[in-house]
Amino acid sequence: MSRQSLAKAHQKIQELAWEPQYHEPYMKYGTDYTFRKAQKKDPLKQILRSYFPMEEEKDNRVYGAEDGAIRGNMFRQVQERWLEWQKLFLSIIPLPEISAARSMPMLFHAVPNPELHNGQAIQMIDEVRHSTIQQNLKRLYMQNYIDPAGFNNSLRNFHNDYAGTIGRQFAEGFITGDAITAASIYLTIVAETAFTNTLFVAMPAEAAANGDYLLPTVFHSVQSDESRHISNGYATLLMALSDEGNRQLLERDLRYAWWNNHAVVDAAIGVFIEYGTKDRRKDRESYAEMWRRWIYDDYYRSYLVPLEKYGLTVPHDLIEEAWNRIWNKGYVHEVAQFFATGWLANYWRIDGMTDEDFEWFEYKYPGWYDKYGKWWENYSRLATPNGHKPIVGEDVDYVYPQRCWTCMVPCLIREDIVTAEVDGHHRTYCSETCRWTDVEAFRPVYQGRETPNMGRLVGHREWETLYHGWTWDEVVSDMGYVRDDGKTMTAQPHLNLDPSKMWTLDHLKRLPPLQSPNVLFNEMTDEQRAAYIADYRRQGPAGRPAPASA
Amino acid sequence: MTATEERPDTSTPERPPRSVPQPHFTDAEAGAKDFPDSGASARRFNYYDPAKRKQTHYEDVTVEVQPDPRHYLSQGWIYGFADGQTGYPLTWTKLKAWGVDDPEPVRGVGTGGGGRGLNWPAHGWHEFRDPNEEWEQTIYRNNANVVRQLNQNIENARNAKSFEQWTRNWIRFVERSVGAWMHVEHILGLYVFAANERSCPTNMHNTVLAVNSAHKIRFAQDLALYNLTLSEEIEDFDGSAHVDAWNNDTEWQGVREITEALTAVQDDWGEAMFVTNVIFEPLIGELFRSGLVMHAAPGNGDFVTPTVMGAGEHDYAQRDLRWTKACFGPLVHDREFADHNRQLMDGWLSAWVPRVLTAARTMQPLWSQPDHRPPRFEDSLDHAKNRFAGILDDLGLETPKELAQ
Repeated sequence: MSRQSLAKAHQKIQELAWEPQYHEPYMKYGTDYTFRKAQKKDPLKQILRSYFPMEEEKDNRVYGAEDGAIRGNMFRQVQERWLEWQKLFLSIIPLPEISAARSMPMLFHAVPNPELHNGQAIQMIDEVRHSTIQQNLKRLYMQNYIDPAGFNNSLRNFHNDYAGTIGRQFAEGFITGDAITAASIYLTIVAETAFTNTLFVAMPAEAAANGDYLLPTVFHSVQSDESRHISNGYATLLMALSDEGNRQLLERDLRYAWWNNHAVVDAAIGVFIEYGTKDRRKDRESYAEMWRRWIYDDYYRSYLVPLEKYGLTVPHDLIEEAWNRIWNKGYVHEVAQFFATGWLANYWRIDGMTDEDFEWFEYKYPGWYDKYGKWWENYSRLATPNGHKPIVGEDVDYVYPQRCWTCMVPCLIREDIVTAEVDGHHRTYCSETCRWTDVEAFRPVYQGRETPNMGRLVGHREWETLYHGWTWDEVVSDMGYVRDDGKTMTAQPHLNLDPSKMWTLDHLKRLPPLQSPNVLFNEMTDEQRAAYIADYRRQGPAGRPAPASA
Repeated sequence: MTATEERPDTSTPERPPRSVPQPHFTDAEAGAKDFPDSGASARRFNYYDPAKRKQTHYEDVTVEVQPDPRHYLSQGWIYGFADGQTGYPLTWTKLKAWGVDDPEPVRGVGTGGGGRGLNWPAHGWHEFRDPNEEWEQTIYRNNANVVRQLNQNIENARNAKSFEQWTRNWIRFVERSVGAWMHVEHILGLYVFAANERSCPTNMHNTVLAVNSAHKIRFAQDLALYNLTLSEEIEDFDGSAHVDAWNNDTEWQGVREITEALTAVQDDWGEAMFVTNVIFEPLIGELFRSGLVMHAAPGNGDFVTPTVMGAGEHDYAQRDLRWTKACFGPLVHDREFADHNRQLMDGWLSAWVPRVLTAARTMQPLWSQPDHRPPRFEDSLDHAKNRFAGILDDLGLETPKELAQ
């Protein structure tokens, strides 16, 4: 390396700063934020002369570990329960990463700070790294793990299955709409600063406990880049805060971004960590304990709260409510149950819970067994085909839920469901905050203020709509979740690879056609809808039907 | 029995057992059991067709990462811009690849996912593959090699006190004009290549733009840090002169004007890329880097600057131009929109070539500044024009009449 000091080198490259003299650059991506009083400081001081060799060294370590894992037969010790969930996670995550790369140019257009553009450009390259290094890890799993199905068609599956769209918010949300809302608040201030802790630190630790040391190898390498990205976000946030006109937008965006990240990431990572592990040591941290440490203490109390003195309105109520959902309302458990109910619409195998698991859950989440134990016993009872239907078609005291129009996770905490009629369409939401996001925040006017750059929530946001009236064998066939014998399903509600124990398309013919809850909801009269919602709010926990009225 | 004297306990207190996850033998490696999809044929990504016979590592880590509603994206885009645009709009360039005007599959109540039976690729943009096969490993290997080699070259020159051989005029030339070039690379890297990276249609496109951007930004910083070394090594080397040259020297204002114009291309990533890599680079970039600096340096006692310039030159000539040809060449021969694209590119050539040539000619006095002269400006320009014509020929485009001016 050069003998020049980093500070001196960084100072030198500031001479590259460009003030247009003949033509202003074309500004494609708009924002409603203003940066009239912005301070201009680059917190990164990263120069490419040191960046490229540093990343190459990190790469060498990652790929060396991957070679070692194969030579050392790591897959003889990998827990299938764990690696099956990676079929979902690793089909999702490369897209958010490359979307983060695409989001950086949006900040060039929106943030008038040439010093920051350097850091943002380096983040762009980092994100290309992350996307392809993760896609490469999935390729390695596909080639070396016992069951490649689900890895081998992951990018078809992710684009069309009933959970992928939930994860896709963590990509499109970075690159669409108001440039600051998307690329700064949603991506760097909340997703990267708060939730990569659970994504890229807590979850890999659980992988290691399940015999997989490649996920930590890759994702800790990724996380070591995230700290720089967090600095990018922080610098932009301070710039935004210095202009008082932005504070209303910051409050809006922090509420949206926090709640959406909680709804999406806690749903997915919470399930991976709690239901994908075989490590049931009582002194290992539960997801709730990890969340309290990584998100509540490290992010909320140490990062967000100190920003109040600069004028940031911190959504204390939503942070407490997220914790309330995780700790008291069983959010992660409800999501796991939903995934397992719909195992046949997935492309990975979901292992049932055993007595050892029950004991651990009861220890970590007192009262868990009374709520969820019976249902998981039914899940195991119905795991192998034996003349019955998949669990979604059996009477196990579970009401298939409505989807949340905003976060697209189902409305699993039944008492919290709210509705709205938007453009003649009746929508359901998992929470008041998700209703507010759709009906009030993602609109061209917010609290009387013009917000012409704010994005829109669009698309066919309820997956079940597409398959309303279809038989389940046709649904699975249409999505392509079938193995190479043309009939055995990719997904299974157990880990037994004995072909005689595996579900086929023929078994699905026992099920009645799929019915979209949202389509049915829209077919109701107003009175029926009101009664339906009143009943829905009395359902649960664990998706139980409402108790009969006294 | 004899009472034994109690001996002091010198053993270390026993630590409580550590709580660590226990390894378990699961036998979950490939080939451990036979079942549907357990064979070798299932151990490849089956959702895309490779460009050639065999799927490459590069394709495996890039193709289909970004979805498309014309393929498997059954629920469509879920976020939109305020004006209703979603995803990676194909209209963000006026260029067209076959199939782009075909309607997207209509999805709604009971339609199914719509991915079955669709032809793939759904349109020509998806056929693009980067011939450099860039992904993260190649990016870091290549660029780390470049910066290591440059550091060694410069360090070696410093130790050999080779900068003492430089003539006065050459020092002035390097501090002002070699220095001024860093601004060109920086602006192109950040405000042309990176700035357009969001706008292009597929993962393969945005990846090459990111890589091209990285080359440019690194090259700009290479020049800046080289300039810093020279400030430290040459007594009266003015490390800030490049800013003055870039802001004020007449010879640089044409290049500056055209460089800034490239950042101002209105809402067309294709035009910005085409004009930069097909027109600007050979007619100005190579003209200056190879036609002047690298030729003039040795005669003026400088064997270092050509290695710094040469690294950037190699990025363009061997990597960035390669992807550019692979991107734009097929559009010239597109099975549906060849005429449309050809007319568009011809229009860009007619509009930009005269401007670029005018800018190139404003640099002409630079050829007279070194004591030991490089080839004549007109000879260098002819060489650049021939190079440019060759690139157009490779793309299947006619040389514009404006080149003769």
